[in-house]
Amino acid sequence: MESDEGDEQQQEAERLPLSQRPEWSDVTPIPQDDGPNPVVPIAYKPEFSETMSYFRAVYYSDERSSRSFQLTKEAICLNPGNYTVWHFRRQIIETLHTDLQDELAFVGRIAKSNSKNYQLWHHRRWVAEKLGTGAVNKELQFTKKMLSLDAKNYHAWSYRQWVLQALGGWEDELDYCQILLGEDIFNNSAWNQRYFVVTRSPLLGGLIAMRDSEVNFTIEAILGNPENESPWRYLRGLYKDDTESWINDPRISSVCLKVLSTKSNYVFALSTLLDLICHGFRPSEEFREAINALNTPDSGPLDSDLGRAICRVLECVDPLRCNYWLWRKSKLPLTVSSQ
Amino acid sequence: MEPDREPRGTVTQREQSMVLNDVNMLYHIYASVPPLAQKLMMELQRKNHVEYLLRGLQQLGPSFCSLDANRPWICYWILHSMALLGEFIDADLEDRTIEFLSRCQDPNGGYGGGPGQMPHLATTYAAVNALISLGGEKSLSSINRSKVYTFLKCMKDPSGAFRMHDAGEIDVRACYTAISVASILNILDDELLQNVGNYILSCQTYEGGIAGEPGSEAHGGYTFCGLAAMILINEADRLDLDALIGWVVFRQGVEGGFQGRTNKLVDGCYSFWQGGVFALLRRFHSIIGESPTPVDQRGAECSIDNTQTTTASDVSEGDGSSDEISSQGDEHCHFQHREREPLFHSIALQRYLLLCSQDPGGGLRDKLRKPRDYYHTCYCLSGLSICQHSWLKDEDSSPLPHAVLGPYSNVLEPVHPVFNIVLDRYHEAHAFFSRS
Repeated sequence: MESDEGDEQQQEAERLPLSQRPEWSDVTPIPQDDGPNPVVPIAYKPEFSETMSYFRAVYYSDERSSRSFQLTKEAICLNPGNYTVWHFRRQIIETLHTDLQDELAFVGRIAKSNSKNYQLWHHRRWVAEKLGTGAVNKELQFTKKMLSLDAKNYHAWSYRQWVLQALGGWEDELDYCQILLGEDIFNNSAWNQRYFVVTRSPLLGGLIAMRDSEVNFTIEAILGNPENESPWRYLRGLYKDDTESWINDPRISSVCLKVLSTKSNYVFALSTLLDLICHGFRPSEEFREAINALNTPDSGPLDSDLGRAICRVLECVDPLRCNYWLWRKSKLPLTVSSQ
Repeated sequence: MEPDREPRGTVTQREQSMVLNDVNMLYHIYASVPPLAQKLMMELQRKNHVEYLLRGLQQLGPSFCSLDANRPWICYWILHSMALLGEFIDADLEDRTIEFLSRCQDPNGGYGGGPGQMPHLATTYAAVNALISLGGEKSLSSINRSKVYTFLKCMKDPSGAFRMHDAGEIDVRACYTAISVASILNILDDELLQNVGNYILSCQTYEGGIAGEPGSEAHGGYTFCGLAAMILINEADRLDLDALIGWVVFRQGVEGGFQGRTNKLVDGCYSFWQGGVFALLRRFHSIIGESPTPVDQRGAECSIDNTQTTTASDVSEGDGSSDEISSQGDEHCHFQHREREPLFHSIALQRYLLLCSQDPGGGLRDKLRKPRDYYHTCYCLSGLSICQHSWLKDEDSSPLPHAVLGPYSNVLEPVHPVFNIVLDRYHEAHAFFSRS
């Protein structure tokens, strides 16, 4: 929905009105049927109204010509969010077999100032699909360039995932994630991409094969920045659908313990420990001691049940989510002491 | 590279700290001004918002060329905002809106982004919601339901998901807008809902939230869309709701507002997309009601509907009570401790919305230093309404004073969280489309 002026509007300075162009003299422009008294009327710039009126003329008559093709370009530059224009442009491409590399270049120019527009990414998928596996490198390069401008561009990531799945090019993807995480370990999109690669790459053997090394990598990231939510979520994700292994892997509980013992930035460590306990993890005395050491004077004596004690600490240190932690506590089984 | 000049931290950390500085500075100013000034700062500037909204309905400047394919959206953002504020549109503007949206209606069904544009699911959703927000027989009967049904069928992909338009993109947004429209218009059938749940399910990520497409990152907008659609087709139970709740509670940040994704910046519009998730869960799903000592034996019936979904009316009729989003169930549904308080921090969110998102001159925005716009005005106000009514066991009663930040006159109309339509307009539409 967001859009800015396309850079091709540079050309607008010397734009000749369509009504004065000889190649359009046979076309009667069709004005927009807004009715006599529309709401949300837009004070269109003259070239916008004119371009769209000529567009309607060729679109309604389904004129798939090279002049129509040129016109779609002008219309897209004026409003890259107009999906009808993009759609018609695809129909023209199908009919005229215009050059698809040129088309990629055109989309690339539009993307420069409209990187969060749904239409151009959809259009690019359509073009790249036609080009097939030969387009892989170019498309991976293109998304890399877009991600260098905004490393969390949602459309760019979705597109990149599509390229990998539809056209291939998985070879360097884990390295790419590694580089991005090296630049910004808080980049959750890069973590998500890492998960995508680890679980779906045909070259890496899948999640279970990758788990061990990924856990080590993630724990290192956690210890570097325990306040960073991304690796904590990733760590849990590595055991998706395998809770048994998760609670039994000593590295998980021990990273929680390590962070707790620093007594700072431990909300995610506590939250993870609570989840572990809820799923059957049996904490040793060390954990109890670490929790007791976090107890603040205002939280009162901690419950003998460790799950309840964790919730109590979280209510105090994470007041924004106080109701959530109370709710979590209310869901804990009403057992006697965990000892 | 230039260690002396390079600010500390990664891009994420630097951007976050800049936003947090702005917000903290404003909160500090608020804390230091006299009570009278504080009262003014916390006040919803209704008059200015209405003025800003009505101006847009009447005329938009040339910069709106970029939204020329989104005009039904602009109608919805404005009309829903007006409805939230409890304002009515005069008869002339009402007629003009109906007339204009009719021109966006495609002869073969569905609504496009403007007259003569291809029908599109998002603008169909926006147009239908705008007309319902307007209300009245003329407005509701202007929707060609059988043609909308034909259009929805055309957008249905063999996978079960929906496409945004003819040969357009497939995503969770498309699924939600299709199911929402079908449900409210009472044209949802087995064919439309076939396998759509499988697609949405495949978009829930390891983080717990829902992505736009399988493999993508968990995101507030898609999480709302996915959950709301799953509720409408009675398949919310298939999602990992514990994981979803565990993700969404962490999207609220120290600023008080919500971010859309992990480690991203706060944005006022997620007040609705993320805050709305709590409203969806609280009102429609029994999970929040799972209490160690059930208050009531009806616990299991707390979800929106415990019958098999076949049509839209079934979805919303619930157990046959006249009140579709049964507050009856809800009363017994909520967790016992601190009964009726929402799981997110409603007051902190209201503070963010009123102090940071509100432009005192009218309209609301993403964050400080950003310009107001109609999209953010709509979703910030929707989020504010969600907050104010989040304590309630019964949506027909008025919010308790302590649930409302600022003067009590800040209270907005309650919304139906699945459709994001003001509740009484929803009831009117529901009755209207059940009859016909």
